[in-house]
Amino acid sequence: MAAAASIFAAVPRAPPVAVFKLTADFREDADSRKVNLGVGAYRTDEGLPWVLPVVRKVEQMIAGDGKLNHEYLPILGLPEFRANASRIALGDDSPAIKENRIGSVQSLGGTGALRIGAEFLRRWYNGTNNTATPVYVSSPTWENHNSVFLDAGFKDIRTYHYWDAAKRGLDLQGLLDDMEKAPEFSIFILHACAHNPTGTDPTPDQWKQIAAVMKRRFLFPFFDSAYQGFASGSLDKDAWAVRYFVSEGFELFCAQSFSKNFGLYNERVGNLTVVGKDADNVQRVLSQMEKIVRTTWSNPPSQGARIVATTLTSPQLFAEWKDNVKTMADRVLLMRSELRSRLESLGTPGTWNHITDQIGMFSFTGLNPKQVEYMIKEKHIYLMASGRINMCGLTTKNLDYVAKSIHEAVTKIQ
Amino acid sequence: MLWEQQVSFMHESLSRSSEEAQCSCFTQTPAWHRSCCSAWAPRNVAAVPGGGTRGLCPFCPYRAAARLLVSLVVRVLLSRADLGSCGAPRRAPSFSLTLRCSFPSSSWWSHVEMGPPDPILGVTEAFKRDTNSKKMNLGVGAYRDDNGKPYVLSCVRKAEAMIASKKMDKEYLPIGGLADFTRASAELALGENSEAFKSGRYVTVQGISGTGSLRIGANFLQRFFKSSRDVYLPKPSWGNHTPIFRDAGLQLQAYRYYDPKTCSLDFTGAMEDISKIPEKSIILLHACAHNPTGVDPRQEQWKELAAVVKKRNLLVYFDMAYQGFASGDINRDAWAVRHFIEQGINIVLSQSYAKNMGLYGERAGAFTVICSDAEEAKRVESQLKILIRPMYSNPPLNGARIASIILNTPELRKEWLVEVKGMADRIIGMRTQLVSNLKKEGSSHNWQHITDQIGMFCFTGLKPEQVERLIKEFSIYMTKDGRISMAGVTSGNVGYLAHAIHQVTK
Repeated sequence: MAAAASIFAAVPRAPPVAVFKLTADFREDADSRKVNLGVGAYRTDEGLPWVLPVVRKVEQMIAGDGKLNHEYLPILGLPEFRANASRIALGDDSPAIKENRIGSVQSLGGTGALRIGAEFLRRWYNGTNNTATPVYVSSPTWENHNSVFLDAGFKDIRTYHYWDAAKRGLDLQGLLDDMEKAPEFSIFILHACAHNPTGTDPTPDQWKQIAAVMKRRFLFPFFDSAYQGFASGSLDKDAWAVRYFVSEGFELFCAQSFSKNFGLYNERVGNLTVVGKDADNVQRVLSQMEKIVRTTWSNPPSQGARIVATTLTSPQLFAEWKDNVKTMADRVLLMRSELRSRLESLGTPGTWNHITDQIGMFSFTGLNPKQVEYMIKEKHIYLMASGRINMCGLTTKNLDYVAKSIHEAVTKIQ
Repeated sequence: MLWEQQVSFMHESLSRSSEEAQCSCFTQTPAWHRSCCSAWAPRNVAAVPGGGTRGLCPFCPYRAAARLLVSLVVRVLLSRADLGSCGAPRRAPSFSLTLRCSFPSSSWWSHVEMGPPDPILGVTEAFKRDTNSKKMNLGVGAYRDDNGKPYVLSCVRKAEAMIASKKMDKEYLPIGGLADFTRASAELALGENSEAFKSGRYVTVQGISGTGSLRIGANFLQRFFKSSRDVYLPKPSWGNHTPIFRDAGLQLQAYRYYDPKTCSLDFTGAMEDISKIPEKSIILLHACAHNPTGVDPRQEQWKELAAVVKKRNLLVYFDMAYQGFASGDINRDAWAVRHFIEQGINIVLSQSYAKNMGLYGERAGAFTVICSDAEEAKRVESQLKILIRPMYSNPPLNGARIASIILNTPELRKEWLVEVKGMADRIIGMRTQLVSNLKKEGSSHNWQHITDQIGMFCFTGLKPEQVERLIKEFSIYMTKDGRISMAGVTSGNVGYLAHAIHQVTK
């Protein structure tokens, strides 16, 4: 029986997602010196994934609790998770929480939170179904930001200046200029801390300037907070920008991820925090977000949310968690200072203070694509074409090799 | 003098066509602004189409006052208009008259309507509030044991214990999900002897239970199935099907399915309608245990449906949320899916493990595309990943891992088959008891459809007024369409239910 021509005969092969392809190539590499500085997941000094001790503890608690079942969560998620997740972002003494004008949507990771927020904004922001509202993402940004907003229906994704390659820091003036020129009501995706991929964050003073322009120009702040606690080691410090905007009276969204700071990558734990003018507005917003959730995943997965909620609601577990987070942040900070000092003592051309000025998991080394290719092909050190490295891939054992290799790349290749 | 300027400008701006209406500040010369405001800066000027400049003075109190006036008028006139690209209904913030430009006190979301309450959830809410000790919740579709309690399968507990003891890491899954799970899922649906399965001419990706899998498929069809935008659903279908396909950008049509006169399948009507569906449209079929009616075609009827669907060259989308849960036999419940594939129909399929493994809140599901060959399957897979990544990046592990361990561990798989049959048998038992109790009550109606129907749900045939009475007089909660979830029926309350139904129907 001959099959008719397939309806999918014309489906083209899509390119693989770059960062996962990098890891796949790394896995196939047989060289014993290989180092994976690609994908953004925490690694111990042994180069191994790390399940937070507090997470193991809570998992065992959950596994041993015969009273728990697998019933559906409400559409918006586990109530104890939602309330506490938002509290972590906004702070215990948040005026918005006190005034009962916040809402939360448990989501599948930070990506899911961004998507629900984007779908809502496309439907209800700046009119109804206004797909022409410009959405601004930083240049550069996490590459999935573009796709999230495009797939949500926005037609006009633009970039705002962010990374200054020459001075290897924040291009504040460019950023502010872009905000001045942006059409009113444009949506701006802001990295709450530990900017991905540059690791370069505005200072509090710079955030104040950004907020002032956004307020005056009626620009909508959509925060992406994937590294709270993981960046500086302090939850409060890493949430400063979001809380400042709230205190300035903004209505905003904040997409939170617990993938990194709880190490719960594959459980897909995220939260979309909504801050509105008053409870009534927030209620209506949540009711519409419910409809969006219902046609996307109906209700969110319970395991990860349970772990986070259990941890956040127990003073002892919460303290343990903060400690675990600080352990991760401190190791990253150590790797930064160690890498920088090695490059400086090797006399590698250029300045390397950006390695320690930058914050979070990632560092924009400044290596150009040719140098990156050299690193991968000749030295079996895998990093993104942008020159982004994951500091977590560094260990006390491979620091010397990586530093020497960067030195070679910079001196041999221009 | 200044106020006259403002008022004349206001008239001017209102008489402009909506296309030209400015969405922010007025068109005033820099000189005008400079004269009134110390916060003026040279860069606070923007060009406007057609020449001229626009002042953007941030702290001008005159601006604030005039804005308040204009906003009141504009709000009235433009509250319903769609102004197009610049930003539809001009949200009119009211500024307080201070020197400092304060934030608008109105919200971005003032125009957002309250979403309608979920009808099924509404049933549960009302049930919770009811204080009657005899109350019954026959609304939401989650299995309950004979004590009315949620049931965690023993094989699930065992799988969880295995997982906990292994202390595995929590690294990201691939975008397409856990490979052991997706492979086992395909095998469960297609059958281990399936040619399509053995040849590898399929792709299965992990989805967020049934809903997520349906949505991935809907988005995939919207993007790559260019022959049609129309999805044909049976009348009636699961309430969430329509919004899922609509949000994915497709259009909904219907074919006759349920015959309310007989409370069974309107097979003639279905065949008539389906034979008229335009070629290369998408048709959705419930693989087994139709939701909400519980009415499934018999195997001979499935054969005829396959033939007409093939003749019309339709793209078949199977929704299989109850494999094993319907008849108690996983192979019997997957018969239609397998038959269609054997007939050369390359279906797409969504599966859920919410009911048959009781994994509701863990969101385990899968979406499958049967392809011409393995090469095509690879291309399709790459595109599915492109769709999934901006939705939630990669799927949650826990539920898929539990399901995978069960399906891939022989003793646990055996245990699961026994347990899923146990659930199905209890439901079938309750159907039988309900009918016999109704007879005992002296009901003269024909209640055969209750035992003819299959799966979790039963379309009783009760009318809205009768449902209303059941809720108000007997505290028995169900949806207005007369659908009851048999899972909510127990040996302890089936007598009460029969009594109540008889009271409202005699």
